[in-house]
Amino acid sequence: MARITMREAISQALWEEMERDPSVFIMGEEVGVWGGTYAVTKGFYDHFGPERVRDTPIAEAVIVGAAIGAALTGLRPVAELMTINFAFSAMDHIVNQAAKLHYMFGGQMILPLVIRAVGGGGRQLGATHSQTPDAIFAHFPGLKVVAPGTPADAKGMLKAAIRSQDPVLFIEHATLYQTRGEVPEGDYIVPLGKSTIQREGRHVTIVTYSKMLEISTKAADQLAKEGIEVEIVDLRSLRPLDMGPVLESFKKTNRAVIVEEGWKSYGVGAEVASRIYEEAFDYVDAPIKRVAQAEVPLPYNRTLEQMALPQVDDVIKAVKEVL
Amino acid sequence: MEKRDYLDLYHQMVVIRRLEERSAELYQQGKIGGFLHLYIGQEAVSTGLISVRRPEDRIITAYRDHGVAINCGLSAREVMAELLGKVTGCSRGKGGSMHLADVKKNFWGGHAIVGAHLPIAAGLALGDAYQGNKAVTVCMFGDGATNIGYFHEALNLSKVWNLPVLWVCENNQYGMGTAVERASAVSEIRRKADGYGMKSEAVDGMDVMKVREVSARLYDEIRNGSGPQFLEVITYRFRGHSMGDPERYRSSEEVKTWLENDPIGIYHRYLLENKIASEEELQEQIRLAEEEVNDAVTFAEASPEPPAEELFKHIYVEG
Repeated sequence: MARITMREAISQALWEEMERDPSVFIMGEEVGVWGGTYAVTKGFYDHFGPERVRDTPIAEAVIVGAAIGAALTGLRPVAELMTINFAFSAMDHIVNQAAKLHYMFGGQMILPLVIRAVGGGGRQLGATHSQTPDAIFAHFPGLKVVAPGTPADAKGMLKAAIRSQDPVLFIEHATLYQTRGEVPEGDYIVPLGKSTIQREGRHVTIVTYSKMLEISTKAADQLAKEGIEVEIVDLRSLRPLDMGPVLESFKKTNRAVIVEEGWKSYGVGAEVASRIYEEAFDYVDAPIKRVAQAEVPLPYNRTLEQMALPQVDDVIKAVKEVL
Repeated sequence: MEKRDYLDLYHQMVVIRRLEERSAELYQQGKIGGFLHLYIGQEAVSTGLISVRRPEDRIITAYRDHGVAINCGLSAREVMAELLGKVTGCSRGKGGSMHLADVKKNFWGGHAIVGAHLPIAAGLALGDAYQGNKAVTVCMFGDGATNIGYFHEALNLSKVWNLPVLWVCENNQYGMGTAVERASAVSEIRRKADGYGMKSEAVDGMDVMKVREVSARLYDEIRNGSGPQFLEVITYRFRGHSMGDPERYRSSEEVKTWLENDPIGIYHRYLLENKIASEEELQEQIRLAEEEVNDAVTFAEASPEPPAEELFKHIYVEG
């Protein structure tokens, strides 16, 4: 197995799916001649040509809207939003169209559509370009929302998303592109809607995903030196949300910390904690803790920005509080 | 055009008119819920426009969609059943008045967010262009939709990518209750196409033959690679925006003037004056249309409610 970066893993998945299926094409801002703002589609334009690697105007509503229309004709568009913050300009098409057309027309419209969007803070881009609004999108039935935290999952889940008959919002994290990991070569598929135990432990369960998997893993490494064994459940998919491994782990450890990068209010942690209380209340030995972003628009200043984002120490502190 | 084609157009327009009148009654009886936007007065637009499409051409419209559905070949039964929320409706009772569709007949809805279906229409045309299909996507929308951002994003992209779309603005003079002049910086809507270097024209939407003639030519041009074009159809809705409209924004004289200009009346006179059909033959079409709509109402009322398990069906294709 090759050890490659998240960027390479995503690029590989796209490349392989485009080679495999001529109905797969890419559209978005700077995906073609430029090679992708984050260089994910570098080399695609020269190899696949302008029909299949389509540079669009800076107009997010029509990027998503036209991808929906093309998907309705049986194609498999991968629409790229330069950042998830720009998804707000396409909000109607994501949550009011893509998420609803199949249901609202009684099952006759099928949209095999992928929307790739980069999110996350930590790069001093200021409040409008640094958000982690994943929970907002996961609120809507009809949309699948996934956010892998490892290169292998990124490859396997992107391939699954492209082959899915349903609209999928595929959320990448800008500061994970350089993260390396073992990635199986060739046709490697990770099913959507399945969470997984990424690290085994017996004292406390951390439930997390995406960038916070990395932060939580670092925290778990440090806690291990003190004899605290953390089990980490990676959600990977926010909708459909697979609580199976979460509950299984919680019933073993009886304690949980949920780590997310977005704001705590109405967030992923709120959802997961409620479900644990609803479905495993008899196993609760301590109040569930949530680690999340400070409830502020993310500031530009590096120190302030890092203060607002969840850090390794915040996770360690929360774990010790539930023990 | 054969004689039966002329009669068929007449028949379609009368079916739409009668279906809308019956819908209004059923709405007042509380049998139709939600919003109900009637197409009365605008029948010649979609009838003319869709009469010259080929089966591979895609039609997509806004929420004033009952007539468009009939013209696309949906039966009065499945339209009426959808209005009554029955499982025999074209959207299985889950869409309602604003969300009629039948993709097998290349009718892609029925969309209720003003302007939001224009980007989708660009995508339908992109799908055909990508796959090398010689099909035209016809996207209908009201004058009100030309003031929202989606309109501009969609027209721009269609021109940049030379997509086979016929953009059809049904200018019925009012976006809900706000007159065109009060909402749009240019009241001659077709001028907006100039901003995208797009060819445009206008046609009298009360005359089905005129709409048909100009549409046939535009389909041909687009099919042969002209790129997107813009057609403004001047029309008028005889009823309010929806059933709850107090109509304080227009005078009864104005409405009367347009009523005298009834699209069905104009076509009726045209068929008689050109000796294409006799009064008796037209009365026979009216009778058949009445029968069809009566049958649709009976069918819809007798149809079952969606079963409870329908609630959780069709959220996703897969699991």
